[in-house]
Amino acid sequence: MIPAAFEYARASSVEEAVKLLKNYGEDAKVLAGGHSLIPLMRLRLAQPSALVDINGIKGLDQIKESGGKLHIGALARHVSIHNSQVVKDKLPLLAEVAAEVGDNQIRNMGTIGGVVAHADAAGDYPTIALMLDADIVTNKRTIAAKDFFKDIFTTPLAADEIVTEIVFPVANGPHKYIKFRRRLFDWAIVGAAAQKMDGGWRIGLTNVGPTPVRAKAVEEALHKGAKPEEAAQHASDGLNPSGDLRASPEYKKHLARVLTKRAIEQAG
Amino acid sequence: MAVTTMIGAKIHRREDPRLVSGEGRYVDDFTRPGCVALAVVRSPHAHALVKSIDITQAAKAPGVVAVYTHKDFVKVLSGTMPVTPSFVAEKKQSPPRFPIADKEVVYQGEPVAVVLAETKYQASDASNLIEVEYETLPAVMDLDKALEAKSPTVHSGAPDNLGWDLTYIPDDPAVMKEADVVIKVRILQQRIAPTSMETRGVLAEYSKPDGTLTVWMSSQSPHFVRLFLGGAMGIPENRLRVISPDVGGGFGAKISPYSEDWLVPAAAKLSGRPVKWIESRTESLQTTTHGRGQVFEVEAGAKKDGTLVFIKATQYLDAGAYMGTFAAFQACACLLAGGAYNWKHVAARTVGVLTNKVPTDPYRGAGRPEATHLCERAIDLLAGALKMDPAEIRRKNFITTFPHTNHFGLVFDSGAYEKALDMAMKIAGYEKLRKEQEEGRKKGKYLGIGLSSWIEICGFGPSAATAPATGGIALVESAQVRVFPTGSVAVYVGTHSHGQGHDTTFPQIVADTLGVPYDSIELRHGDTAEGPAFGYGTYGSRSLAVGGMAVHKASKKIVDKARKLAAHMFEAAEEDIAFDQGQFYVKGSPDKRKAFGEVAFASYGAGLPEGMEQGLEAVAYYDPSNFVWPFGTHIAVVEVDPETGHVDLKRYIAVDDCGNIINPMIVDGQIHGGVAQGISQALYEEVVYDNESGQMRTGTFTDYLLPSANEFPIFELGRTITPSPTNELGVKGIGEAGTIASSIAVINAICDALAPLGIKHVDMPASPDRLWKQIQEASGGSSNGKEARK
Amino acid sequence: MKHKVATTVNGQRREHEVEPRLLLVHYLRDVVGLTGTHIGCDTSQCGACTVTVDGKAVKSCTMFAVQAEGKSITTIEGMAAKDGTLHPLQQAFWDEHGLQCGFCTPGFIMAASYLLSQNPNPTEDEIRQGLEGNLCRCTGYVNIVKSVQSAAKAMNGSKANAGEHSAAARRS
Repeated sequence: MIPAAFEYARASSVEEAVKLLKNYGEDAKVLAGGHSLIPLMRLRLAQPSALVDINGIKGLDQIKESGGKLHIGALARHVSIHNSQVVKDKLPLLAEVAAEVGDNQIRNMGTIGGVVAHADAAGDYPTIALMLDADIVTNKRTIAAKDFFKDIFTTPLAADEIVTEIVFPVANGPHKYIKFRRRLFDWAIVGAAAQKMDGGWRIGLTNVGPTPVRAKAVEEALHKGAKPEEAAQHASDGLNPSGDLRASPEYKKHLARVLTKRAIEQAG
Repeated sequence: MAVTTMIGAKIHRREDPRLVSGEGRYVDDFTRPGCVALAVVRSPHAHALVKSIDITQAAKAPGVVAVYTHKDFVKVLSGTMPVTPSFVAEKKQSPPRFPIADKEVVYQGEPVAVVLAETKYQASDASNLIEVEYETLPAVMDLDKALEAKSPTVHSGAPDNLGWDLTYIPDDPAVMKEADVVIKVRILQQRIAPTSMETRGVLAEYSKPDGTLTVWMSSQSPHFVRLFLGGAMGIPENRLRVISPDVGGGFGAKISPYSEDWLVPAAAKLSGRPVKWIESRTESLQTTTHGRGQVFEVEAGAKKDGTLVFIKATQYLDAGAYMGTFAAFQACACLLAGGAYNWKHVAARTVGVLTNKVPTDPYRGAGRPEATHLCERAIDLLAGALKMDPAEIRRKNFITTFPHTNHFGLVFDSGAYEKALDMAMKIAGYEKLRKEQEEGRKKGKYLGIGLSSWIEICGFGPSAATAPATGGIALVESAQVRVFPTGSVAVYVGTHSHGQGHDTTFPQIVADTLGVPYDSIELRHGDTAEGPAFGYGTYGSRSLAVGGMAVHKASKKIVDKARKLAAHMFEAAEEDIAFDQGQFYVKGSPDKRKAFGEVAFASYGAGLPEGMEQGLEAVAYYDPSNFVWPFGTHIAVVEVDPETGHVDLKRYIAVDDCGNIINPMIVDGQIHGGVAQGISQALYEEVVYDNESGQMRTGTFTDYLLPSANEFPIFELGRTITPSPTNELGVKGIGEAGTIASSIAVINAICDALAPLGIKHVDMPASPDRLWKQIQEASGGSSNGKEARK
Repeated sequence: MKHKVATTVNGQRREHEVEPRLLLVHYLRDVVGLTGTHIGCDTSQCGACTVTVDGKAVKSCTMFAVQAEGKSITTIEGMAAKDGTLHPLQQAFWDEHGLQCGFCTPGFIMAASYLLSQNPNPTEDEIRQGLEGNLCRCTGYVNIVKSVQSAAKAMNGSKANAGEHSAAARRS
């Protein structure tokens, strides 16, 4: 399977990348890790007219704590996030989630910025970003995660807008992400994340709708003192997932409840 | 090097150094000067009329050499793709199949045009510029609906969708009445994509001046391809050479010839350029023949004491849009429906059904996994109904005397079924497992233990039985052994190794028979220009029991001639010559010896016995007297998570008996791989089509679930050895055993785990969503409500 | 428009003009002429095309050749020593019957070499997890796992970890 032809340019700065994107027009795409994009291009389900390769932009892969927040550069690879001591210290949930994305080879190439910008409902990071109120920073602005994941594969990003970093709050209390899937390297059939933070719980769900979901009803029930098992019953409140090859809508809702319960119980 | 007994030794594979170094040579690693790339334009629809094909844009695209459609190929190809009788001699209908569609497409992926371009990138681009206008027709996707009187037909103008309907043995109502308990079950054998890691591929070069055609392809049976392709292209065998080099797995799906096996050589002839086509994974999942694709209705009865009375199986086989070359081979499931047991009566019927899907054809096991699955499920259901331990009902009813002629006239050559069962139970710690299960159940743990006492017919096979099944060519095997003047040996075989390690195991046999060093023997296969005139290929666990015997037989011919010559050299009578460990001597004078190599050298010289020709080489065709019958018992241990339906395969025990063993390391490897494929069918794999549109929904590895190392446990292996009386080596076959045994071991374990919930049967793949639904229904809970924990 | 790409492949410098869309795996196979790297799927799952780029295992079917500009690539052909001595992983796959048809093997060896570079003494579970990006259809993975264990032992001169294997460990 062979991609359609495209023009290609390497950018050495965000400014240059933006300029290139403008020049190429709206059918151009950013090439970061390429692990969502290239398979789609090989199947010719994506045929961008041009790719702007941002892999050479220095500093865009930085991971640091600053101002009480955890800043993850858009080009940070999954493997770097997983291995980062800063991430392990400040947001261990994110380090653990990074190890659940794809496989070793994919984690060596894939980037957090790519996953977030791609906004696949089955992506793992978007769930964490949403439930923790992360900010998605671009060359133009800062977008709150709750305003970023609009629909499946749909974000407010403009054609000449590039995600530069994701800013997470620091949270190193009890946490757990459970990614339920058939094979170890698969996308989530359903994922559930729990993070103790600011005295309460944050609960997020993956692949139970067109966007990641923050299960506020569960958070509130826990806040009111409900046991995990009781609170988790609310995980499917308001969900309307679509069925697919691996799960019916009902099963996904059921998994949302079961996995949420387990995530809270297993959070450590 | 000292001459040792090689048969039975763990010899490391001599093919491996090149394969671990990236020096293996698969089809895509070859090219020819001036070679062009071929891309296939395929039907996106399951069923449609082709109204028009516009190639204007494609023909003008950069690098394009030619665009060919049906009208071009009819100039160089004649006839239709082959369909053999297999186990159903008379078909009700077998739609004629030309390798490229003309006016109607009948499955998604059927070729409608091909593009030849200078590079594969250009061919791919241009193939996207061909505009085909279709008028879609209703697609026949469901097996049951396909047989309804009002069903649309797979092919326009066909009377119905019935491919065949054959009752091998009818019911015997009188016997059925003798049963105290009767069980009924409908069993789904989902469609599976065989999925060798190397996809198919063809490279063809035609020489117009010479009228010769050379084809490199990834094939399990290059001689059969030559036979069929030569017929289609009007090229005699002596001008057509098929080379199947290193092949990255076959699993049955590289036996039969395919459309592209015709189209690529034909395009080479039409264009005058060498042409290469390599299948993409998506094309492979869509167009390489699928395996299984069957539904069984099974009924079985037993007496109160556990004595089996009858089993009755009806097979509905989803043949796809055309009959695969060996489509009706899978009907052998019917002939083995009785498994390893004595039954008073066995009834079986097979029904072949056409659908708008890619054809089904043999896939590892081909009919025998299905037979094991239905029989072993029925045995467990009977055990459940009788409240007997599954091991006990098996033990009570095993066939124990051999040779045993089953209800269909097949003769089981040897077996010791109880011995294998005992060993498997011992390895598993069966009694302890049952106790753990009992304890676990009290705590809401759903532990299951599944047994599978399997048998297999393999080593295809005796000419009298197989020639009618293929429509003429028997499935015997050939070998040629050449001894060169300095004593090195080349062996040419008609089988084909694509992972089985023949480069290693066949020389092991020759080393023992000729008594020459293993390292002095070279094996060659896969090139129709070398060795005997015809080779029959590798499939159906036949290579050793038939091909190995041909090698053995040819080697013995060599020894016979060498012995005559040695007698002459010793000036002794032939019957006084002893041959031991590669040395000839006159009986009684073992100190005066002539090494095999000395005799070989002499055979090319002067002074031979009266009437003896120079040279030391021999060709043998081996026609076995019977099939061979491996067997064993496998045990799977699972734990089902009742909340999610997830199956944790905790242990897997496999005890197999394939008769005498040439190389235990390779035998174990075959079992590992076979077991993994059966487990994979039980839990993961399934080809899914959209029943409305006929579109395949599992067209990539994202959706077609091939498991990784993380989805399997360690396999615990045991072995019994019951030599086959059928051949001199005492060998059977092991290529398919693992797959034949394992899917039902896992399913029986899952059913066993869920028995407390009243669940009687679970279909494959036992995916968590499917199991959760069944658990919900069995627990009487709405799928929306509480969890199923007891 | 073609782009210049300069790489080091198995220690040898290479310079070519390539189309931007040329996949790294096609660059290696068709341009450089190293056919040991195989293609088994279209969607980055099977891992048959695994090579290392600057020491990291990647799937060369999911990377464009132009992205390899200035990088050092090792393929299966670059694993053995110059004198032909097999790499311990190659030797171990041979010794432990870690391959049958051999098509997936180069990818497994390259993925395993990366795994051992990160974790020289992996448990059985870590080996299985470390090879999650590679599919084999022949071996049931039994002897592949053994091969990597045996190579780790040979490379360390120490005994590889024994650890309990549980297929479900990371799933629920």
